[in-house]
Amino acid sequence: MFRKTLVAAVAFAAVASGAQARDQIRIVGSSTVYPFATAVAEQFGKTSGFKTPVVESTGTGGGMKLFCAGADENTPDIVNASRRIEKSEVDACAANGVKDITEIVIGYDGIVIANAKSGPKFALTKEQIYKAAAKQVVKDGKLVANPYNKWSDIDPSLPKEDIVLYVPAPNHGTRDAFNELVMDPACLGQPEIKALDKAAAKAACETAREDGAFIDVTENYTVTLQKMITQPYSVGVTTFSYLDQNGDKIQAATIDGQVPTYENIASSKYPVSRPLFFYVKKSHVGAIPGIKEYIAEFTSEKAWGKNGYLAEKGLIVSPDAQRKSEAAKGKSLTNLTM
Amino acid sequence: MTELSMTQSAHPKVGTTGADAEKRLKARYRAEKRFRAYGLVSIAIALLFLAVLLASIIAKGASAFTQTFIELPVTFDAETIDPDGSREHSALSAADYRTLINAALEKKFPEIAGDRTAKRDVQRLVSQGAELELRKMVLADPKIIGTSAEIWLPASSAADQVLKGNAAHDESSGLSEGALAKLDLLKAAGTLKRRFNTYLFTNGDSRQPELAGLIGAVVGSFYSLAITIALSFPLGVAAAVYLEEFASKNRWTDLIEVNINNLAAVPSIVFGLLALEIFLNVLGLPRSAPLVGGLALTLVSLPTIIISARVALKAVPPWIREAAQGLGASRQQMVMHHVLPLAMPGILTGTIIAMARAIGESAPLLMIGMVAFVVDIPATPVDPATALPVQVYLWAASPERAFVERTSAAILVLLACLAVMNATAIYLRKKFERRW
Repeated sequence: MFRKTLVAAVAFAAVASGAQARDQIRIVGSSTVYPFATAVAEQFGKTSGFKTPVVESTGTGGGMKLFCAGADENTPDIVNASRRIEKSEVDACAANGVKDITEIVIGYDGIVIANAKSGPKFALTKEQIYKAAAKQVVKDGKLVANPYNKWSDIDPSLPKEDIVLYVPAPNHGTRDAFNELVMDPACLGQPEIKALDKAAAKAACETAREDGAFIDVTENYTVTLQKMITQPYSVGVTTFSYLDQNGDKIQAATIDGQVPTYENIASSKYPVSRPLFFYVKKSHVGAIPGIKEYIAEFTSEKAWGKNGYLAEKGLIVSPDAQRKSEAAKGKSLTNLTM
Repeated sequence: MTELSMTQSAHPKVGTTGADAEKRLKARYRAEKRFRAYGLVSIAIALLFLAVLLASIIAKGASAFTQTFIELPVTFDAETIDPDGSREHSALSAADYRTLINAALEKKFPEIAGDRTAKRDVQRLVSQGAELELRKMVLADPKIIGTSAEIWLPASSAADQVLKGNAAHDESSGLSEGALAKLDLLKAAGTLKRRFNTYLFTNGDSRQPELAGLIGAVVGSFYSLAITIALSFPLGVAAAVYLEEFASKNRWTDLIEVNINNLAAVPSIVFGLLALEIFLNVLGLPRSAPLVGGLALTLVSLPTIIISARVALKAVPPWIREAAQGLGASRQQMVMHHVLPLAMPGILTGTIIAMARAIGESAPLLMIGMVAFVVDIPATPVDPATALPVQVYLWAASPERAFVERTSAAILVLLACLAVMNATAIYLRKKFERRW
């Protein structure tokens, strides 16, 4: 009897999986893009007559791995990314038979440094953030272990509070962007760092301190938000959509004198913003129904336009000309060029 | 040390009478009291944690069970819904119901006509679900086309959160000053009310918090659990019966026993990785399917079921077996007719505890792609689905404020499922309990 049950179950599974081709789009990737991709997926499912795509939030790196695992039907059709695909990932894709990929920039996202409303106000520069976060900093011409314990140690104008930074862990695309947009520009220019070779310089600039003042958040931004609220002196790195939805609980620090508002990020006045992407596996277009229509929905003005529903979710809309060119890329499925 | 041994040797005999004895007796009573107090304090602390947990979840989640509705004068304009007059299902289904709502809002607030910003402000008070409501009404009874009525329609989550007091009455709520003023007007006019939130139990997931529901996750959990129980119960009991009743004690059975005990303590994410490798990569089963979720959870719960079933079998007194065999029963008959029925309450309790653990697992489901945004309610166990704990995780990670209360509500639903399962376990144990 037991054996029969088992055999029946396995047989059922084999029949069920083998009998039908997939008729539902599968999307994986960045947790930053997830709120936008799911909004489009839902709208697409309601209006197009196709099944609603399944969207997994795996992080950009994890998503790329799944996406590049192969070209067969069991692999995802689209990957969302909060940073550009890397050369190594393109190579890995090609090695597994995923040669033709279309890249679409969907808009921008501001990386926001924030703390609880009840805490002190911060006006920071990139350099100050780097000094608060790095494991080693340059002092008197030498690389030394980070000596700063309070913000006021870095600059007397900053609050006399212990440095406690909550930053997304390296599995998040946001961390890559944080390193690239804040740590590197503030650090790489220093003569002591320039003296190092390229890899060593990057490591020196991007290695976070390990003395407890810098805390990796491996989970999602809600955890960062909770930490900021329960510890008003702590400072968290989050994205604009979270600031936008929780403006009554947290306040954003200015960076280099700029407030992270929608307008400032859209006009690139605010210095820490990055593009968001999705990538389409071209060999699946036609094999899996609805991919073209999904791209059309995402790149329509009612979705990613100035008054579209994605702007309402916190997406920073890209300029008119770029939206036009990206939509054209989506329509013709232009190949990615690195 | 030396002092201690000296005092001990100074009193070589311990008497049962006299002042010393009385002192010792009192000390023993005191120790007894303290011992009991420790136990009571432990229970009190555990209860306190439970109370705090429940209170905070209920305080946060209770408001999610109601939803604000706005009364609007809707005209089912034939021109908008069905310009051809065909009254065909497809035409009615694809009609633009948002236009009807926008027209109703303009009727309610004539002053917004011509002011684009004011119109948009007011439109943000009404949920997208209102369109679905109107569509449902028209499809159910196309005769209402051409008529007008006052209809209660769901408010947007931003308006809902302000009215519930979860969001501040200012622009941080996501509503502009103009929209908030209109909301106050509606409230004063009595055209707002809170109703039971049926969407929470009839809809799948959604990015619109006011439309997001749990039914997809509940169905996903149900399929996964059904597959888990169908596989792990027979496998687990068969393994336990063989190991306990038939297997000879040797190095191999010892090895198996140690391994089973180890597996029971392995973190569940490991089983998720195993399921990913075997069921998805080797067998090619579909990703995100409750079928694979059920298989992964079978791996998680098997060791627990085997161990608890073995304990239950061991608790059956040996003289039952001897009596059965003494009367000529074969070993199979002895097991099937006597030992297994007597052990069944214990086995069922263990199984239900394993199932209660399985329903709360999300880590193994992460690896096989069940942590995903799935709107469609799964029709079969091979359709993509989520599960209850996964839904809690996904909602907790959502930036929209209205998902905070919904997260707690989802936890309450999960807790209710667990409570039902554990109550069943207690009932079964009491009902089938045998005494010797």
